[in-house]
Order: sequence, then C-alpha cells, then structure tokens
Amino acid sequence: MEQEVVLTMRGTDKIFPGVKALQNVDFTLRKGEIHALMGENGAGKSTLIKVLTGVYEADGGEIRVAGTDRPVVNKSPQEAQNLGISTVYQEVNLCTNITVAENLFIGHEPRKAGFIDWKTMNTKAGELLRSLDIKAEATQKLGDCSLAIQQMIAIARAVNMKCRVLILDEPTSSLDDDEVEKLFVLMQKLKGEGVGIVFVTHFLEQVYRVCDRITVLRNGTLVGEYKVSELPRLQLVAKMMGKNFDDLADIKGAHTKGADLKDAPVIDAEGLSHTGTIKPFNFQVRRGEVVGLTGLLGSGRSELVRSIYGADRADKGKLKVNGKEVRINKPLDAMMQGMAYLPEDRKMDGIIADLSVRENIIIALQAKRGMFKPMSRKEAEEAADKFIDLLQIKTASRETPIKSLSGGNQQKVIIARWLLTNPDYLILDEPTRGIDIGTKTEIQKLVLDLADQDKAVTFISSEIEEMLRTCSRMAVLRDGQKVGEISGSEMTQEGIMKAIAGAGKEETGNV
Amino acid sequence: MSESTAKSGFSFKKLTHMKLFLPIVCLIAVLLSNLIKTPDFFKIAINNGVLYGYIIDVINRASELVILAVGMTLVTAASGGQDISVGAVMAVAAAVACQILSGGEVSTTVFANPYALAVIAALIVATLCGCLNGFLVANLNIQPMVATLILFTAGRGIAQLVTNGQITYVRVDAYQILGSYFPGNPIPAPIFAALAVVIIAYVILKKTTLGLYIECVGINSRAARLVGLNSTKIKFITYVICGFLAGVAGLVASSRIYSADANNVGLNLEMDAILAVALGGNLLGGGKFTLAGSIIGAYTIQALTTTLYAWNVSSDQLPVYKAVVVVIIVIFQSPVFQKWAKGLGKRRTAVPSAAAKGGAVK
Repeated sequence: MEQEVVLTMRGTDKIFPGVKALQNVDFTLRKGEIHALMGENGAGKSTLIKVLTGVYEADGGEIRVAGTDRPVVNKSPQEAQNLGISTVYQEVNLCTNITVAENLFIGHEPRKAGFIDWKTMNTKAGELLRSLDIKAEATQKLGDCSLAIQQMIAIARAVNMKCRVLILDEPTSSLDDDEVEKLFVLMQKLKGEGVGIVFVTHFLEQVYRVCDRITVLRNGTLVGEYKVSELPRLQLVAKMMGKNFDDLADIKGAHTKGADLKDAPVIDAEGLSHTGTIKPFNFQVRRGEVVGLTGLLGSGRSELVRSIYGADRADKGKLKVNGKEVRINKPLDAMMQGMAYLPEDRKMDGIIADLSVRENIIIALQAKRGMFKPMSRKEAEEAADKFIDLLQIKTASRETPIKSLSGGNQQKVIIARWLLTNPDYLILDEPTRGIDIGTKTEIQKLVLDLADQDKAVTFISSEIEEMLRTCSRMAVLRDGQKVGEISGSEMTQEGIMKAIAGAGKEETGNV
Repeated sequence: MSESTAKSGFSFKKLTHMKLFLPIVCLIAVLLSNLIKTPDFFKIAINNGVLYGYIIDVINRASELVILAVGMTLVTAASGGQDISVGAVMAVAAAVACQILSGGEVSTTVFANPYALAVIAALIVATLCGCLNGFLVANLNIQPMVATLILFTAGRGIAQLVTNGQITYVRVDAYQILGSYFPGNPIPAPIFAALAVVIIAYVILKKTTLGLYIECVGINSRAARLVGLNSTKIKFITYVICGFLAGVAGLVASSRIYSADANNVGLNLEMDAILAVALGGNLLGGGKFTLAGSIIGAYTIQALTTTLYAWNVSSDQLPVYKAVVVVIIVIFQSPVFQKWAKGLGKRRTAVPSAAAKGGAVK
C-alpha cells in the first residue's frame, strides 16, 4: 500500500570547500505523511533542505516533484515555492510590525484597480485562519501573537501558497509544551489534507509523537529510511551516532567527588541584585560542585549569572570570590577573578562569526592578557589545535570561520575559548540548546569532569533531565527572584517541577 | 572534482582567491590603460635633481589619501560607519599650523613661532576632533555618519575662525618641505609621510592586538564585551587615530600650497577615503579589514585621476568619468558579479565532464 510520492531526491551531492556536506543522499516524501529528517549537527540535514529549496545549488543528483516529468533545479526559494515547496524556519521570517493578514498575503495581495483590496484580504485571511483552527485575528498585529501562533501563521502562509511539500525546520525549539501540542494538531490537519511534511527536529519524543517515517543522515550520507513504528528509540539514536549507545546511561556514577567544604566558596553572593532583572539573592558555589539554576524561561536564570559575571553590573549586594570581597564592574573584572561565562544566545553573544576558529578560541585569553601582550602565532595555533583535538571539534581547519561550523561545534569552540583561560568558575547558560544528542552527552560529561578537576560550575538548562544528570544542587527561580534551593532526595523531575511551579500559585501565563 | 582542478591550476586558483587579488587587478588595469594614449606613462626621468613622471605623480599625489585611508579603515572596521569629517579636520589642522607660524599675520616670510610647536599644536587639535567624534560614536552611540556630520559642517567654519577668514600664507622654504622635497632627495616628501604612517600602523597592528580587537568589536560588539573587550574604548581609539591622521594629511596638504585655505584643503577627500576603503575590498559595515587593500584603493583612485588628466579630460568634467570607472570597478568586485563570473568559469570546465556523465547514465 504505497502512498503516492510527491517528492524524490536521488544521489544528491553537495561539496563545500574542504567538506563533502552531502554524498549520494536519497530522500522520498509521500503524500500526506509527516517525515522526520534526523541526524546530529553537521549530518547534513540543513544542507539537504537548502538544496531542496534552492538556497544552495546541488553538485550532483536530481530532484523530481510529482506532476513534473523531468528533474527540477531550484535556483531560489522563490522557484521552489512555485513548485509547491515551502519552508518554515526556526526563526519566524515574518514581519512583526504589520497585521496577520498582511503577513499572509505579502507579495501577492488581492488587488482592485491596482490598489490593495484590504477588505478582501482580511476576509480571505480570516477564512484561512479559521480553516486551520489558528486562534488569531486577521487584523491583529503579528507581534501581538505568541511565538507559537506566529509559527502557525508562517505555516498558514505556506499553505496559502498551495504548497504540497512543507518543510518545518526545528519549528518547536522555541515553543513550550502547550504550544507544541497546538502545532502538532495543525500538522495532523495538513497531513489529512495530503500535504507532505518534512519535520526537522532534535526532540526524539516529538518524532515518535507525530511522524510516520524517519530518514536518518550521518556525516552527509544516508543511513536509511525507516517507518517510525519499526524503529525503537534506542536504535534511532544508535543510527544517528553510528555506534551503539548506552542510552545516555548514568554518567554521574563515576563522578563522586562532590563539593569541597573546607575552603571558602569560590562564589559567594550576598544580596546581589540588578534592578529590573533580578531581585537580591544569596548564592554560593564551591569547588568541585555543579550547581544548577532552574526555572521557567524568563524567570531570571540568565539574569542571575549575568549579575555575577558583570555582564549586567550588580547595583546592590556583595560578591566574594574565594573568600575575598571583589567589585565586578565589567566582564573583564570577572574574568580576572577566574570566571568564565558561556552565554545563552550563541549567535548574538557567543561567536564572533567572521573570525576563524583559532581567533575565537584565543580571544578571551588574549583579552585577559591585554592589548600589548599579543600571543604569538605559534602559541595561538598550538592552543587552537589542542582544543580542536581535545573537544573533537569538527572543522575543516583552525582557520575556518566559525560561522561555517555546525551549531554544536560552534558551542565547543566557545567552551574551548573559556577552558583556555583556565577558569575556577564556569557559568554555562544553556550550553546544549539546539545541539545534537551525541554532543550533548559529551558536554554533560565535560561538565562533570570539570567538577572533578575542582572547578566550580553553574549550569543552566531548560531540560530537567539534563540538570538531574549533571547537577549536585539546584537553585530555583521564579519571576526574577531566587525562591529556594533543592538538593538530595528532592532532586527528581517531580520535585523540580513542584519547586518551579511554587505552592498553589497560578501559572502567570506569558513566559 | 575540486581536487583535480586544484592540482592542475593550483597557483592561479590560489592567486585569484587571495583577498587582495581584485583590488590589485583594478589598480593595474587603470595604470595599463594609459599605454594606449600615453606610452610614456611609466617613464621616470630626473629633472633638476628630482624624479619626474606620471607614475611618480600618482604616488606623490595619493599620499594624503593613503594617510586618510588608514584611519578610515580602522574606523570602518570597528564602528561599521565612516568618519566624514576628515576633510574638514585637515583644514582645521592646516589653519592651526599656518596661523601659529605666521604669528597671526595674513602672510609671512619667516616663522613667527617654532615649526615643531605648530606641528604639534595642529596634531593635537586634529586629535581632539577625533576624540569628539569618538565620544559621540562610542560613548553616546550616535550613528557615525550623523556624529561626524557635525565636524564635517562645522570644521571648515572653525578653520575660518582660526585664520580670521583669510587665507594665511607661510612663504618659508622650510614649511614647504613636507609637501615638496627633502633637500638633496629626489623622491617627493609626501611619499615618505605616507610610508611612515603605513609602517607605523602596520607595526602597531602587528605588535599589539588592536587589529584583532577592532575586528571582534566590528563583527559582534556584544560578544566582544562578554569576552572582556571594552568595545566603547576600542571604537573611541579608532576615531582618535583617524583624527590624528587627518591632522597629518592636513599638514602635508597645507605644505604643498604653503597656506591654509580653509575652503579647499582636503575638500571632498573624505569621500575618496571612504571609496578607497571600499575599493580595497573592505566591508563598509565593519568587521574584518585589510589595510593593504585600502592603501591599494587609495592609489587606484589617484591613478584614475592622473590617468584622466593624461587623457586630457578637463578638471570640471573629471568627476563624471571618475564616477563611471568607479561604478565599473565596484560592479566588478560585487558578490553577484563574482558569483556569475565563477559560474561562467565553472561551466566552461564542467561541460565536458557533465556530458560524459550524462552519456554514462543513458
């Protein structure tokens, strides 16, 4: 009972200078199915999609679309769209400052005598939204809708352009559980209408929730295409990683050293605060300890560490480092005290995109040393090579611009940048976000190794499981305030959820 | 496939991928175009003990522009904007120097004050202008174009104020040296001034990490701050350097005409300096930069001007022809054109292999 095929890609090759991003990859999409495209970072998922949508030109292979009896070559996303292939990216590519209807019809507005026919546009938009069960008004400003609704409107726009193939590139990574649920309902609905959906995600759970088939890529080659019902989760992970995988077993087991209670805490904050972002808090981290910060997005997790690091200058309170009171006015002061900070937003605050891997690695140490003591080229190269090797950073060379690395490898470079400064205290804010499962485990292990080496670590993550695996203690935040700490037997999924939610408090809706 | 072509045409491919390849090609193309009408363009002769020739003229006349281009490159890289006040700052520096040397007179034949004092005062004033620009851009976060517009408009007025609205003449041989020749040396002195600036800039960028810091701040100033760099200070420094160098250029320009002509010293030179940066292959949006590219760009612009004179284009029509050539060069260097040219080359080499492939399939 083969379904009708809407799209086939055969023998797709794509070569970048020094890297074979895709080698002889096949991909088949059937009518009315949700097809997951899985693989670690750098496996070639994005490249495949970009070849399909005409962002890149393939170096080999052919693409066939149902209804056209010859291979198609998409030279631009526009051409792909005309063939019925639409893409919705992780970051919503719509304009937040105009209305929902305008966003839906931008570029092909209904016209009357050359002028935009607003009335028809708004009616049509309303019909479209209703038909897809999207809870938004046509005349509402897009910016006033939640991120999930914006995401759905992006999908609605694609649907409105009569798409037969809908590509969703990590659509759920910035949504909360409720919103993901709504998105899935919409996906099922479109599936019922015969749209073939390509779903790219890192979340295994979601794949098993909604998908029918899975295509797995690894290192730019096709591993295989499977029916979801025939591929258990563990095997999927094994196929993605290319090795048997012990289900992220209890990596904590081997690490038992724990906190060093003899010396003064590495970080001891007393009533520290930054007006408008984080209310006064006390916070201690000792050597050999990984302390987690947990709470909902926007609860002040990042703001707390930013005030310690001097990214936002604390305006009240005291901070002691290794028992000595210090004044931190700017990040450099914190670095001089042996702190390191991996920021939450890798793109905006972490990488220096056009600079090479080498320059990105040495920059923090170089800033610490000062302008008049440049590292020699040799020293810099040795440092870069050491960490590329140590953290197994996948890059064509140390001179490759960091922007051409995959997300997980970019993150490893940022980690290398800080390890090179040999810090006492590391702040890792969402170090594993948007990173494939293999690298995730590597980073988690690294965090525990660092604690073993007597470093103090603060770890922030939205994934509770990951926190449980790495942290020995956790501080809980809610609405810009530290509301407590949990440790020992309370450190379970349930215990954390309870602490985050607070006793009998209504959820405050907006994140 | 890429490996095999890399092997056969290794050196050429490497050459064309060099960052400075296009700027150099443009410069050479402009220079060579003279051979059509002016066969003796590259001839260098010695008259009265000094070097003469079109090519010497190009290098000599480009000196101020080279000096400005160095500062403009750093400002552009760090702040993603340009300092449009440099021409006016040149006029201010020239006015200060001449006024001190003439002792307030309209014209003088002897120094009223020590030469060194005049030079130092002029450079300090120019540097202060740079500080003002730097403060507005780096500390107050005003857009560079808007911030430097202030001195762009006010600068020549300030110069007029300094010289009491007159053109101050310093008819002393010693003052003219910087704009003409060192005694007994056949090479024009401005060339040495430009060379000195370039060498010092190169040494500073080599011996300190300023270059790396500037690139970091220009690419991502938020990330730069979090790795311990003081983005504000670094941007500020580049404007100070730019102001100082505008002062140096102003002294050279003023020495050429042994006067301070507030309305004409460095007129429109800021636009040429920005163009030099762009022609050198630098992004005007900031980030990675190549100083050598900007310097080549500066010589290209002067070569173009001299070439057009050699073609007997009258000076009032010059900007039109210059614009046409600049447009061609800029199109030639644009990413779209380069992609197209690359595709053209690729298609030519790829056609036989693709045909073979197609045959094999069927």
